[in-house]
Amino acid sequence: MTATTQQPAPATAAPPTAPVAGLRARKAARRRRLAACGVLMTPFFALLVTVFLIPVGTAVYLSFFSDDQPGLGFGPERTVFVGLRSYAAVLTDPTFLGGLGTVTLYCLIYLPLMVGGALVLALLLDSGVVRLRAWAQLGLFLPHAVPGIIAALIWLYLYTPGISPIIDLFAKADITIDFLGVHTVVPSIVNIALWSNLGYNMVVFYAALQAVPREVIEASVVDGAGPVRTALQVKTPLVRASIVMVAIFTLIWALQLFTEPMLLNLSSPMISSRFSPSMYIYDAAFTRNNYSLAAAASVVLLLCTIALSYGVTRWTSRADAQEAR
Amino acid sequence: MSAHDSTLLRPRLLGRATVNVVVAISVLYTVLPGLWLVLAASKDRDALFSSDLLSLGDFSLAQNVRDLFAMDGGLYSRWYVNSLLYAVLGAALGALISVACGYAFDKYRFRHKEKLFGLVLAAVMVPQTVLALPLYLMASEVGVVNTFWAVFIPVLFNPFGVYLGRIFSQGYVPDEVLEAARMDGAGELVAYFRVALRMLGPGLVTVFLFQLTAIWNNFFLPMVMLSNQDLYPVSLGLYQWNSSASVSPEYYSVVITGSLLAVLPLILAFVLLQRFWRGGLTAGAVK
Repeated sequence: MTATTQQPAPATAAPPTAPVAGLRARKAARRRRLAACGVLMTPFFALLVTVFLIPVGTAVYLSFFSDDQPGLGFGPERTVFVGLRSYAAVLTDPTFLGGLGTVTLYCLIYLPLMVGGALVLALLLDSGVVRLRAWAQLGLFLPHAVPGIIAALIWLYLYTPGISPIIDLFAKADITIDFLGVHTVVPSIVNIALWSNLGYNMVVFYAALQAVPREVIEASVVDGAGPVRTALQVKTPLVRASIVMVAIFTLIWALQLFTEPMLLNLSSPMISSRFSPSMYIYDAAFTRNNYSLAAAASVVLLLCTIALSYGVTRWTSRADAQEAR
Repeated sequence: MSAHDSTLLRPRLLGRATVNVVVAISVLYTVLPGLWLVLAASKDRDALFSSDLLSLGDFSLAQNVRDLFAMDGGLYSRWYVNSLLYAVLGAALGALISVACGYAFDKYRFRHKEKLFGLVLAAVMVPQTVLALPLYLMASEVGVVNTFWAVFIPVLFNPFGVYLGRIFSQGYVPDEVLEAARMDGAGELVAYFRVALRMLGPGLVTVFLFQLTAIWNNFFLPMVMLSNQDLYPVSLGLYQWNSSASVSPEYYSVVITGSLLAVLPLILAFVLLQRFWRGGLTAGAVK
C-alpha cells in the first residue's frame, strides 16, 4: 500500500508573478474540489440520513412514546410520553431476558470456535505443508456463497429424522440423537453459523498471514522455533488487527441472530417466537403491534452491541499497549 | 544433512500428516452438506424420505426442476427475477455510491472529516433488526410499503463499502495521477470518472460482490416490508414454502431444488470474479 502523502498547497497553474491572482486561483481550485467532494459524497450521505440516522432516531423516539387510547379505547388515539415505561416493560419481560441469555450462550460458544477455528485453518494452510492448498481453500470458502436462509434449510433437513443421512448414520451405531432438543438446539444453531462463515474468515486471516514479512518467519526458524511455536508466538501476534476485526464483526452478527432460529422455529418446539432479541423485536412489532415495546427492545439491543464492540476494542488496545511496554 | 535431522524427520512427517488430515476433515465438513443438497435435489420424494441418496437409479433432477417452476403457477421464476433485480441492480448502484464516497474521504480534505468517517464506521455496527421497524413505519408513511422500492432503497446503503473504498483508493489511486489529471486541465469529477474509477476497478468489484451476497441473503427486510408474494425474493419465498411443507409435504422437494438453484448465481459470481475479489479481499484484510 502506498501511504497517502498529504500534498501541501494544491499546485494550480497560477503564474507566480501575480500573488493575488494566484491566491484567487487557489481559492477557486479549493472551492471546485470541495464541490466535487460534495457531489461524490452526497448520494451516500443521503442514504445514511434516510435509512440510518432517521430510523435510529425514530426508534429512540418510539421507545419513549406510546399510543394510548383514552376512555376505554373509544376516544381518539393519541401519542403520549411514557418515559422509561417501555424500557421497564422490556427489561422485566422474562422472554426478552431469556432471549438475551440465549444469545449470550450462543456467542460464548460461537465466537471462540469461529475465531479459533478460522485462525487454526489459516495457520495450517499458511504452513506450506498442505497438499492441494488452492482446492482446500475453495472448498472451505464454498459455504459463504450459500445464502443464510438456505444454509439453515440444508441443516434443518440434516437435523430432521427421516431425511437426514447423519441421523441414519448415528442410528446404525445405535445412537439416537435429537439435534433440536433442549440442550442441543443452541449448538445446532452455532453449527449452522460456523459452517457458513468459517471459510470466509479463514480467507481473511490467510490474506493477513500472507502479508507477514518472510524474514520475520525465517528469523524465528533460525532462532530454533518449531513450526507450532512460529505459528502461535510469531505469526498470530502479527495478525492481531485482523483477529480483532473478525471478532468484532462476528460478535455484531451473532447478536442479531434471527434467520436460523426463525426457520427452525417451525420445526422445533424448543425455539419460541421470542427465542432471540431480534425475534422478540419482530414479534413485538409485527405480531403484537406494540411499537414502543419493539423500539425499546431495539434500543437495548443497539446499546448492547455498541457496548460490546467498544469493550472489545478497548480491551485489545489496552493489551496492545501492555505489549508495547 | 546431519544425523540430528533424521531423528527429527519422523515427528515432522507425523506433523505433516496431522495437518493434512485436519484440513481434509474441515473441507469435508464444509463441502458435504452442499453435496447433500445436490444429491437431494436429484431425487424424487420417496428416495428423499428413505434417505437413500447414493442410489443413482432414480435420477429425477429434470423432473424436480419442472415441478419447481410449475409450483403455485410459476411463482419461483418470479422470485428468481426479483432476487436478481434487487441484488444485481442494488449491488451495482450501491457499490458505485459507496466507492465514490470512500474515494472522496481519501482524496479530499475538509473539516471534521474523521468525525464523519467515524459516523460511517458506527453505521456498520448497527443491527438491521434495529432499523427494520422504523424503516417500515417510514415506508408506510410515504406509501411504499409492499413495493419494490421498500426493499431496494435500504439495501443500497453499505457503510462497509465506504470503508473499503477509502482503503482501495489509498492503495490503487496514487495522488500523483490525480495531480497529473488536474494539470491536464481535467475537472475534478472528470478525473474521478475517467481516471480514478478505472484504477479502482478491482476494489469496485469486491464491494459489488460483498453487497451482492448481502442482498441475495437478505431475508429480514423483505419479510418486514413485503406481503405481496409476487415481489418476494427467493430467500423469503423458500422460507414461505418451507413453512407450508410441514402441512403439505410435496413442498419438501421443491424447497430443496429451489435452494440448489438459488445458490448457483453466487457461486458463479464468485468463480467468474475470482481474480478481482481475491486481490480486493487481501487489500481489505491487511489494513
